[in-house]
Amino acid sequence: MFDKQEIALIQEAKKEWEDSVLAKSLAKAPESKEVFRTGSGDVINRLYTPDDIKDIDYKNEIGFPGQYPFTRGYQPTMYRGRNWTMRMYAGFATAEESNERYKYLVEQGSTGLSVAFDLPTQIGYDSDHPLSEGEVGKVGVAIDSLADMEILFNGIPLDKVSTSMTINAPASVLLAMYIAVAEKQGVTPDKLRGTIQNDVLKEYIARGTYIFPTEPSMRLITNIFEYCTKNVPQWNTISISGYHIREAGSTAAQEVGFTLADGIAYVEAAIKAGLNVDDFAPRLSFFFNAHLDVLEEVAKYRAARRLWAKIMKERFGAKKEKSMMLKFHTQTAGCTLTAQQPNNNIIRVAMQTLAAVMGGTQSLHTNSRDEALALPTTESVTIALRTQQIVAYESGVTRTVDPLAGSYYVEAKTKQIEEEAMAYIKKIDELGGATRAIDLGYIQQEISDSAYKYQMEIESGERIVVGVNKFQVEEEPPKGLLRVDPSVGEMQKKKIQDVKAKRNNEAVTEKLAALKKACEGTENVMPFILDAVREYATLGEICGVMREVFGEYEQSVLL
Amino acid sequence: MEKPIRVLVAKPGLDGHDRGAKMIARALRDAGMEVIYTGLRQSPEQIVAAAIQEDVDVIGMSILSGAHNHLLPKVVELLREQGAGDILVFGGGVIPEEDIPGLKAAGIAEVFTPGTTTTETIEFIKNNVKKN
Repeated sequence: MFDKQEIALIQEAKKEWEDSVLAKSLAKAPESKEVFRTGSGDVINRLYTPDDIKDIDYKNEIGFPGQYPFTRGYQPTMYRGRNWTMRMYAGFATAEESNERYKYLVEQGSTGLSVAFDLPTQIGYDSDHPLSEGEVGKVGVAIDSLADMEILFNGIPLDKVSTSMTINAPASVLLAMYIAVAEKQGVTPDKLRGTIQNDVLKEYIARGTYIFPTEPSMRLITNIFEYCTKNVPQWNTISISGYHIREAGSTAAQEVGFTLADGIAYVEAAIKAGLNVDDFAPRLSFFFNAHLDVLEEVAKYRAARRLWAKIMKERFGAKKEKSMMLKFHTQTAGCTLTAQQPNNNIIRVAMQTLAAVMGGTQSLHTNSRDEALALPTTESVTIALRTQQIVAYESGVTRTVDPLAGSYYVEAKTKQIEEEAMAYIKKIDELGGATRAIDLGYIQQEISDSAYKYQMEIESGERIVVGVNKFQVEEEPPKGLLRVDPSVGEMQKKKIQDVKAKRNNEAVTEKLAALKKACEGTENVMPFILDAVREYATLGEICGVMREVFGEYEQSVLL
Repeated sequence: MEKPIRVLVAKPGLDGHDRGAKMIARALRDAGMEVIYTGLRQSPEQIVAAAIQEDVDVIGMSILSGAHNHLLPKVVELLREQGAGDILVFGGGVIPEEDIPGLKAAGIAEVFTPGTTTTETIEFIKNNVKKN
């Protein structure tokens, strides 16, 4: 970025400074540690200068926002045009209660919905399945059939909101239900905007709500890509997620490397299924974590954008700029929240919000202070949303695009994360791709090693967590936590009985048989799922048919 | 030489958050215990069967789904039914303080919440395990 002569002068001046000013200062007062490290454990230097970024070519590597390689942002004006989407992940108990929470969030200025489903829904079991016992409505809303989905979006015009659904293995079924609800509102699928997570690879790696083995899972995903390209063109068909990889304990560079490796696997699968890269790639989206080390995180998002653009252009020969743009949702890091002194979490979330925004996120969920203890109360959720609004309207960081660009440190760090992530991708390629690397347990093992190291650093006091291993106080147990009514399970069971009594059971049997045949063949299964959903076949029935044909994934248990 | 303590680390319920379970398993192993980790989505019946088959002294269960009040007592109940009530059972995860007395009354010896060190857990096991 600088000419050779200038760099030589800077190097000389730095040497001089080290020998005089710095040496004198260190002699008087040494630094508090021998080595300083980033949140991810990388060594960080005392000082960065133009010398550290001399090999970066501004035009080709950093460039301009909205232009390849998108290091400076997805879009040319960023938040000067409009703020990111403030999207609070919510859902609990019944569809009725969650519907109320959504309406509240919209009234409070939330600009997108984000649906949390309970675990039975995420694993494709109805609320009356034996394994659902005790889990119904606990971590999200219970959805058993189209009837629940109708209640969930009651009074919310689906052509006006964008809805993100955290659903993976049964994503096809929930998307079909969403399309069916829209039909009943008179909204055609081409008007629908939103995202399904649909990223099953990271379920095997880190999140755990898988159902089917890898091969049929990849088929379901490419079926969705194909179906949406034709019928639901504004829908983001996948949210390739690093969030949970980071939550499981990875470093920032691993988060980028493993997530983009998953992304590569999806693109390869879709191309193999006969799709054209520029037809589906513009609808791919990503989902990253916002951890505590603000500058490292900003560098991470910038590195991810640049690396993905290069991969799409050079590896997959994408032609459309939109295929190369990495757009992403962010959530603040749940794993950094402490059960001790929970109000401190408000500050942590505020810093993570800054990181996500200075890193150029397209949408953001901010965690609530009480999430290390339970699901958040309405009051806590409101503070979390207000945190985003304060950053958006008061902090000033939104007023210029990519404000940290050009920082010697942030540019050097961006480059370093890009290179480290690329090294992971290369390693995964050598193992035979992400799917194979997961089967071998390679990715899980790398994450687990990082997580263990992190925990040991906390226990040795090398890593300080305020309120946990320093500045502790005796506390009263917190009061007023959100409790999910334990009768939700029974209520859902009753609803299933009602649905089954009212629907046309003959039509259900027929549609499920047709779906089974489609699963056994090679056709796109989406239209068959939609047919079954319209007849009020339950999620468990539909996933049951697919379980019969596809079988279930067996986790490789590693320590 | 003293026989090492055998521990089953289990994930009851449907949640996939196994960072804590893996962490504890590894720390207990590093502390010289023999550790078996079940993997995800284990029913109380599966956990009890594994514990008896592996002849463990301790069961540690990690749960973050909110189904702890239902699943953890079930494991103790099944252990007692099958004559294995002497196995030390503890739990950990996102478990509200006010649920802990009930769990202890049901026979869960200790419940560790976020922020607990692995050293505390190791000490707890060493001090409370019933050696045959």
